[in-house]
Amino acid sequence: MLLLSAAGIAILLYVVVQSVAEQIAQESQDNILAASAISILDSARVVEGDISIDLPYSSLSMLDSVTDERAFYAIRLNDEFLSGYPDLPRIAATNDATAFQSTTYLGEDIRIASTWRSFSTLEGQAYLEISVAQTLTGLNQSIARISRISLAIGFGFFLLSMVVAMVIAQSTIRPLHRLTGSVSRRGPSDLRPVAAPVPTEMAPLVTSLNSLMTRLQKSLSRSEDFIAEAAHRVRTPMAIVRTQAEVTLRRVEKEEHRQAVREMIRAVDESSRTAGQLLDHAMVSFRTDDLARETIQLDDLIVDTVNRLHPISELRDVEIKTHKLTRTKIQGDPILVQNAIQNVLDNAVKYTDADTKITVMLDQSDGYAQIRVQDEGRGFDDTEIDQLLQRFERGKNADGIVGSGLGLTIVDDIMRAHGGRITLSNNVGEGACVTLSFPL
Amino acid sequence: MRHVILSIVMWLLANVAHAFEIEDRAVFGDETDSAPLRIVSTADINYFKPIIDAFRAFRPDVTIDYTVASSTEVMDAISREKHPFDIVISSAMDLQTKLANDGFARKHTSLATQDLPNWAVWNDMVYAFTQEPAGFVISNALFKGLPIPQNRQQLITALRQNPDRFKGRVGTYDIRKSGAGYLFATQDARASDTYWRLTEVMGTLDPTLYCCASAMIDDVVNGDLAVAYNVLASYAEKSPHQDKFTIILPSDFSIVMLRTMLIPKTSDNPVLAAEFLDFVLAQTYPSGVSPLLKTQSLGQAEQSTLYRISMGPGLLVYLDYFKKKNFIAEWENAIVQD
Repeated sequence: MLLLSAAGIAILLYVVVQSVAEQIAQESQDNILAASAISILDSARVVEGDISIDLPYSSLSMLDSVTDERAFYAIRLNDEFLSGYPDLPRIAATNDATAFQSTTYLGEDIRIASTWRSFSTLEGQAYLEISVAQTLTGLNQSIARISRISLAIGFGFFLLSMVVAMVIAQSTIRPLHRLTGSVSRRGPSDLRPVAAPVPTEMAPLVTSLNSLMTRLQKSLSRSEDFIAEAAHRVRTPMAIVRTQAEVTLRRVEKEEHRQAVREMIRAVDESSRTAGQLLDHAMVSFRTDDLARETIQLDDLIVDTVNRLHPISELRDVEIKTHKLTRTKIQGDPILVQNAIQNVLDNAVKYTDADTKITVMLDQSDGYAQIRVQDEGRGFDDTEIDQLLQRFERGKNADGIVGSGLGLTIVDDIMRAHGGRITLSNNVGEGACVTLSFPL
Repeated sequence: MRHVILSIVMWLLANVAHAFEIEDRAVFGDETDSAPLRIVSTADINYFKPIIDAFRAFRPDVTIDYTVASSTEVMDAISREKHPFDIVISSAMDLQTKLANDGFARKHTSLATQDLPNWAVWNDMVYAFTQEPAGFVISNALFKGLPIPQNRQQLITALRQNPDRFKGRVGTYDIRKSGAGYLFATQDARASDTYWRLTEVMGTLDPTLYCCASAMIDDVVNGDLAVAYNVLASYAEKSPHQDKFTIILPSDFSIVMLRTMLIPKTSDNPVLAAEFLDFVLAQTYPSGVSPLLKTQSLGQAEQSTLYRISMGPGLLVYLDYFKKKNFIAEWENAIVQD
């Protein structure tokens, strides 16, 4: 559209320059012709009652001064031809002192100028008419030259406006690109308002975008609050139900009844674990929104976490061993980091068989602190590794084990918040390996 | 010699065939050739023969039919009678320009015409191929004891101071009969007023008026004329009697005539004509080998005194009916003093 209008203006420019220049060229030719005709007229005298004309040499030689031109003239007295070219076309007399006309003569395009004056001769008043004509070689040459120049001007204008238009379009679109980039680079839960500077024209867009994100943020946090509140409220009655169920289990004799109560306890366990992890998840969401940056002694934290899990692991006859813990410091929220490690270890303990061991290692490589947790359990199914980090996704081989499908999701959120990542893989022999990488 | 006999025969034949008056005619090459290159020229056959020979050495298959006529007859042959000549050669620059101006010439441009000096070409139609200055031809015998005049002023003084010696012994063109004479006279008058003074002085000495340069030169050689004014140096140099006279290019200014050629629109054979024209130009420019360029006097003359007649519509001015009438009247007043 812009180019089209630039081309239009360029063509208009060409046409205007061309026609103005043609007019000027035509005028200068007319001036020379008029000067020639007038110089002949001025040489006319009445000698003894007769008209005598002494053609000045310059009257015709001036017509040829720049380019070779053929020149014609005619001198007439009251319609009577006196001298020159008798068949040179005549121009009807006008009110002007000099008249001009373009016509053809001897097969060539010519321009004629005619001028008149009255004389008193013996026969009375007589009108002397001088016509001078020349071919258009020089005029056509200068018009061709002008045409080339105006074509160049038009084309140059077109190129220039094209460049300017592109520069302007670029600079208009660039902030929009920047905004798009900064919005699309954001993480899924990053709902902070856009702070990047934008041109004033785009301010309303950014303002409405920001207000949308604020509302979204509010509604999200409200629903998380609701979930946390619900989980919290569910947990306490669950604990009571579980206690009552255990008490009942001791009292019941009949094996089929005992089995039913055990099923009940298991279901309650699963529900309360889910509730607990929902609470954890809410806590993680809340803390990652405004991440604390403290220095964490990672190896000490690992040892502490392993010790905390000791009662559970012992219950299942699983041994958790630490191995080659490199002294490492990272920046982050200690509670969240511990929660992540704990979730991973908890999973390992849950999905591994009795009398096996879990190894926790810590080393540094490629600018990352890497915590590796290896077990001797059933490992991950290769085909679903990618899906396991999604909310409420559980492995196909998790049947019969209490779990919510939230654990690894929580770990993933924590790792992302710290600029790190979680990697799931299988050991060469047997068992799974979960790697947590924190940037150093 | 063969050419002379042949040309007389052809002249007799031609006079029957042509309405315009021809002076001489010669055919170079195969006389039965049905499509010869037809040249009409004001130059004598002998004068132009070297060029024709050079061209025929280059193109032996071309027959050249060369017709000589006076400049006004040449003009009539083309403009009025429309004879199918292929090349028109004339020393009358004004008439050549008029032929081109009035649309009788064909435009021609080629590689050979590209680098010509501006004065040598007009409107891609008229091409100059010689530069021939006009000067005084002075009889050595009749000027014995007097200093040889080097310019017009000195000539005027010599004539004034020795009226008895020069009475009836000065000659110039009759500009009423000679186109070349008229051209020289008008250009002389345009260049300087000295021309009119000289004409008046000659008028007091009972001058002889000539139609042609050759007759003037002959009379100088005979001892009938002491001084011939406005004679082409190129003609005088060809006279076998070089010891009888001195050629002077006046040091105030010398009119230089350009011999020109053009291809008329009536030409039946414009391609061959263009080839001939290009050949002559290639021999002439920039400092060519044309035999017509070998004039001693031009080489010796001071360049700044050479007044080259410029081609263009200015030349038409003196062909104007009124202009010509006035000029000749004035000239007659000066020179014919009965």
